[in-house]
Amino acid sequence: MTTLKSESVDIAGPTDVVILRQKVRAWSIELKFSLVDQTKMITASSELARNTLDHGGGGRCLMEMVSNGARSGLRLTFEDHGPGIPDIDLALKDGYSTGNGMGLGLSGSKRLVNEFQIASKVGEGTRICVVRWK
Amino acid sequence: MERIPILRMGNFLLVTIQVDMHDQLAMTLQDDLTNAIANYGSRGVLIDISSLEIVDSFIGRMLANISGMARILDAQTVLVGMQPAVAITLVELGMSMPGVKTALNVEAGMDLLRELVSAHRMETGDDDSEV
Ligand SMILES: Nc1ncnc2c1ncn2[C@@H]1O[C@H](COP(=O)(O)OP(=O)(O)OP(=O)(O)O)[C@@H](O)[C@H]1O
Ligand SMILES: [Mg+2]
Repeated sequence: MTTLKSESVDIAGPTDVVILRQKVRAWSIELKFSLVDQTKMITASSELARNTLDHGGGGRCLMEMVSNGARSGLRLTFEDHGPGIPDIDLALKDGYSTGNGMGLGLSGSKRLVNEFQIASKVGEGTRICVVRWK
Repeated sequence: MERIPILRMGNFLLVTIQVDMHDQLAMTLQDDLTNAIANYGSRGVLIDISSLEIVDSFIGRMLANISGMARILDAQTVLVGMQPAVAITLVELGMSMPGVKTALNVEAGMDLLRELVSAHRMETGDDDSEV
């Protein structure tokens, strides 16, 4: 997979989540995603950025426009050095939340993208990588 | 402080969300609307989200909360103008907004709101004021 362009976006406060949404929107348009695909990718980015902020204590998102030869897509990698997730399978269940959320951010954003990878270590942090292909 | 304006029209409150709200702004709107319903004794709330490009779990929860709190305060809420791509995404996200009434546009939303308010009045036998 080749990276056509990339940008790192800090996620340190609620307005950063808005900034990221706007950038994801602009890149999705540049990639000529359909309106529904744009909406799905922006929504997934919003959920994951909020988790990075609220549960991970802040972090960053690496945005990459990628190509695998046949297709181009948008890859987002969210990274934080927060508390980590003790039980990933549980965290990925619809409705599971350790806060007062709906517990839909992780499970829901997984449904909104084509590829979803998660790595987390208690006490070290969390990294989530998602891709949506054109 | 940054705020989403709330318009008062007789017994109704109208809100048009035109900016991409950060979470704090969404919470402020929820509080402001609840206070306005209580202060003015409003019977109906119309929220126009036609300019919103996404509704994620946070905004979805806020909209459901507003509708729930309005009900406790004896007011009806109608959400109008949700874009089809937003509705499709919300379903896939797994968000259902139980009890939230929706309409296609502001006009249809106002009609529905008037109907809901008068039906509610008949039920409770409260007919002291006109819409
Ligand atoms: N970056 C993270 N760091 C630590 N824990 C996380 C992280 N992301 C998610 N979690 C954990 O996974 C749980 C589920 O996340 P999810 O986004 O599905 O729900 P939520 O954030 O609690 O609520 P919602 O997103 O619906 O408002 C969270 O409650 C939290 O315990
Ligand atoms: Mg979440």
